[in-house]
Amino acid sequence: MLKDITLGQYFPGDSFIHRLDPRTKILIIIAYVVMVFLIQNFVGYIALALFLALCVAVSGISPKYLIRGLKPILVFIVFTGIFNLFLTPGEEIWRWGFLKITVEGVRFAAFMVLRLVFLILGTSLLTLTTSPIALTDGMERLLSPFKKVHLPAHEIAMMMTIALRFIPTLLDETDKIMKAQSARGASIDSGNIFSRAKAMVPILIPLFISAFRRADELATAMECRCYRGGEGRTRLYELKFGAVDVLGWIYMAALLAAIIGINMIFGKF
Amino acid sequence: MDNIVIINNLVFEYKDEDTGERTRVLDGVSLDVRRGEFLAVLGHNGSGKSTLAKHMNAILVPTSGTVTVDGLDTADDGKLFDIRRRVGMVFQNPDTQMVATIVEEDVAFAPENLGVPRDEIRRRVDEALEIVGMSAFKRHAPHMLSGGQKQRVAIAGALAMRPELLVMDEPTAMLDPSGRAEVIETVKKLNRENGMTVVLITHYMDEAVRADRVIILDSGRIALEGTPKEVFPQVEKLTALGLDVPQSTYLIYMLNKQGLGLDATALNDEECAAELLRALENRGKGARGS
Repeated sequence: MLKDITLGQYFPGDSFIHRLDPRTKILIIIAYVVMVFLIQNFVGYIALALFLALCVAVSGISPKYLIRGLKPILVFIVFTGIFNLFLTPGEEIWRWGFLKITVEGVRFAAFMVLRLVFLILGTSLLTLTTSPIALTDGMERLLSPFKKVHLPAHEIAMMMTIALRFIPTLLDETDKIMKAQSARGASIDSGNIFSRAKAMVPILIPLFISAFRRADELATAMECRCYRGGEGRTRLYELKFGAVDVLGWIYMAALLAAIIGINMIFGKF
Repeated sequence: MDNIVIINNLVFEYKDEDTGERTRVLDGVSLDVRRGEFLAVLGHNGSGKSTLAKHMNAILVPTSGTVTVDGLDTADDGKLFDIRRRVGMVFQNPDTQMVATIVEEDVAFAPENLGVPRDEIRRRVDEALEIVGMSAFKRHAPHMLSGGQKQRVAIAGALAMRPELLVMDEPTAMLDPSGRAEVIETVKKLNRENGMTVVLITHYMDEAVRADRVIILDSGRIALEGTPKEVFPQVEKLTALGLDVPQSTYLIYMLNKQGLGLDATALNDEECAAELLRALENRGKGARGS
């Protein structure tokens, strides 16, 4: 179960997408998310799918791997689809008892599912092609203008780095605790949903305690290495925009124009 | 100045938040750490050895008495970072000392905090990884390394500050035997070849044997002090303090109890074997002579 989590995984590479500055990638992903919600007809989604397919092909990430990232939230996607399919009012096309499907429902369900899938695929592509450090660095730099209004940009970035750093450690820890508890007779994978939820308690409590202890030790270790916040810090790697970034922006602007154009030509679904 | 750390009559107490009870962890410790030496601090659990280590870079400050590092008083808040920069710390758990998700970024953490220019960070990181023999792993993720490798990266992380002193608080306690050997070899090499002053807190006798000087703490006081050859032959005293002695030393001690009259300063297998051989030869000569 824990092995399916692709969040925060990174595949090193040297593709066009890998070489983009993390700030460019973050801005592109923001524009991408806006577009996912801006699109009003299926032609728009075809355009977006083409763009995404191009990005995946260029990045060298296996599409299979990208799609596997959808698995953990499959239930959520299916649930959203069914919910919208049956509960949207409008022109009826099928009815059985209190269940009814409307033309609008079909369209709306398809839209919601498409939106979710596009969101996950796009953001997965970002994390798969950007090292966590680069990502948090990019965030820090993008947020730094907001320091003037006392936004703790450095602290946010540092928290994200540490969180990402500890994902594998805490997964290992969870695995150990689960084994230790099953060795003592706890049944974790059986029973109905309630007994399973109950079985999580003896796993979560030790996990939390150990996480707090680790946090304390890490804080001491950071102090020993002269950590004192973002003030006066230098970096091993400084971010720099290059020619690839300009190309990235141009592609994105072209796509945005195309999407708006398609919306205007084909109108609302 | 010959002494990098001067500890004078150090007392440390902490107050239990619930009961208000005061517990004395260190009770009048006076100790100097000489430049370039390899000092081992031994003691069983709760003897105050970790607390002592934390006083050497102002993570803890004395309740009474003074600790000075390179002439700087650790009780002086304004000197905090000047002190910490001089003292590299390595702790027990390799997993909770790493901040970054890539080895070289982690080693760069301390110089980044100190505001060192970028070229200089690059140089220090490469140099530190070279010293601990981890250059080949600089682009790796820390969680993919073995325990011994992680501790070597942690040592590199401390070295990147260019410290005067390296304090290690049971760095091998969570490692398997090969990881332990890896770390101790690295430390020994660092001390011998790079002239780094090392304070090693440990409860493994065979690690302490390799130090220049050994200090044994018991209930917050220094119980024994001296070179390994002076300290370890005192088998009865060590056992009374709840400590093991190196196996070779113990063997000779037991044989001496039988009246063999061997040289009790043998600390490792080779010295012990040599001493036994010498004794056997003498005996052979004695037997022939009579």
